[in-house]
Amino acid sequence: MSLHIIKGGLLDTVQDGGRRGFQHLGINVGGVMDRFSAALANALLGKELTAPLLELHYPASVIQFSRETVICLTGADFTPTINEEPADLNQPMVVPKDSQLRFTGVREGSWCYLSMLGSLKLEPWLGSYSTNIRAEAGGFKGRKLKSGDVLPLVKELHLAPSLFNNSVHHLPWKAVGLHDLTRQEICILYGSEWNWLSAESREALLHNCYYVSPASDRMGYQLTGEPLKASNNEQMVSTGVTFGTVQLLPTGNLIVLMADGQTTGGYPRVAHVVTAHLPALAQLKPHEGFRFCLADGAKAELQLAEQQDYLLNLQKTCAAKMREWMGHGRRD
Amino acid sequence: MFLSAKNVYFQTMTSGYTIFPLGDCALTIEFGHVIDKEVNKRVLALFRQLKSLPLPGITDVVPAYGSLSVYYDTVAILQEAEEDKTAFETMSEAMRQLLEGEHLSAIDVSPRHIRVPVCYAPRYAPDLEMLANARELTTEEVVHLHTTGVYRVYMLGFLPGFAYMGEVDERIAMPRKDTPQWVAAGGVGIAGRQTGIYPLGSPGGWQIIGRTPLKLFHRKDEHPVLFSPGDTVTFYSITEDEFAHY
Repeated sequence: MSLHIIKGGLLDTVQDGGRRGFQHLGINVGGVMDRFSAALANALLGKELTAPLLELHYPASVIQFSRETVICLTGADFTPTINEEPADLNQPMVVPKDSQLRFTGVREGSWCYLSMLGSLKLEPWLGSYSTNIRAEAGGFKGRKLKSGDVLPLVKELHLAPSLFNNSVHHLPWKAVGLHDLTRQEICILYGSEWNWLSAESREALLHNCYYVSPASDRMGYQLTGEPLKASNNEQMVSTGVTFGTVQLLPTGNLIVLMADGQTTGGYPRVAHVVTAHLPALAQLKPHEGFRFCLADGAKAELQLAEQQDYLLNLQKTCAAKMREWMGHGRRD
Repeated sequence: MFLSAKNVYFQTMTSGYTIFPLGDCALTIEFGHVIDKEVNKRVLALFRQLKSLPLPGITDVVPAYGSLSVYYDTVAILQEAEEDKTAFETMSEAMRQLLEGEHLSAIDVSPRHIRVPVCYAPRYAPDLEMLANARELTTEEVVHLHTTGVYRVYMLGFLPGFAYMGEVDERIAMPRKDTPQWVAAGGVGIAGRQTGIYPLGSPGGWQIIGRTPLKLFHRKDEHPVLFSPGDTVTFYSITEDEFAHY
């Protein structure tokens, strides 16, 4: 079983939960942009939440499956079709041999996740399957997928042919996906340089509407909105930053560091987006607007724990359902 | 006052360092907002301690000039934490205990010294002449001053293996460019009183005064990066011919 990239997309990569333990060498964490949707795709197939999968950006690749398999799409809705029939998000799908997955237009979101039953046959780099494009390492050959690429899966599934009956069909379980995450309010915690903003700018940051600039990428989301003012001319010395750090640029604009953000930075860290809201921020399309609201650290931690609980429970339930479904085939 | 003390998410101030949250999955211990060898030594002592005896739940420890950032698995720590304690409170308490213990200073540190060949010829040094003119020096004088200094690797960051080193002689200090430009792998630059080497080709704002043929990043190695924080570095000048045959 393998995935064939019939036509390469704009920025489709293999990602997982990220590369931890090497940031002190300047090697960033990377990993999926929308941790929640990626985990959801894996959970619905009963797989480990941070298992490697494909992260797709629009226009996304055309992908052909060399054998019958079960896949799951989550995250952004790029109007997916399988063999020209509409495919649903957030619900596992049985796809026959040589099926083609295409995406025909953006309805919502920025990052779509494709998980498959079985594991991608890839070598991890420093303990992770995430693609680090800058370092040309990890994922599939350290780069985005392009036409002609073939991604093998570790082992054949040996599923009974009766389970497939040669047609695309959805399995009878699903989850609520992106709609649940879409929000116009993104919660932040104070950054240690919050007070480097002038008093008016602190107020403004919490009341202004911000828009995701088209110049945004996996490294950072540049925000457009009324420029803010610093309260001093102090210079930062480089220090730690993280996924979600909101930096004040010398122009007065804000940038939020995203999954491929650097490990350290030299701009004031005026705030941090709470981790539980990063998926919603990541899924905003260019020119989409939102407001920041202030959160409390204890609540932010609890919200993250709740998300994780939800995903782990879902994964357990779906793993049992998947075993049951495969079992039906064996009895036939 | 817009920011009342009550609103700050558990900031801790103790003599000599401050601990503050870096979002909800990390914290930063700041020893000083400066580029200073003694402050950096304290940062690295705690860094080495945490690397050699990792605490459960910690995923990354990142030293910078005057601060150490500790990244952790909030959900795992909450599961183990005492009732009503946040992951941040639990981790900052663990950090305070380490910092107030005696054993930090006892950790042996034997810094390596690395000599780095640099070709300062114009084809590898797009900003050397401009820097020399701006600082009213000859290019030879700039090279002389850059190669006589002994630099400390304060931290790695920005790119895999990018070492922030300091401090260059005040006479060759130069601010970053306003607009970043493409820098080839091996590019040796100056930013303020910092000097550094680009391990990979990248857009960058540092003033590029030469290039090293040394490979600083080996993606296939178990230790993919040449420098470590605390190392000392000197540069020596090589010719274009030596660069080509290095």
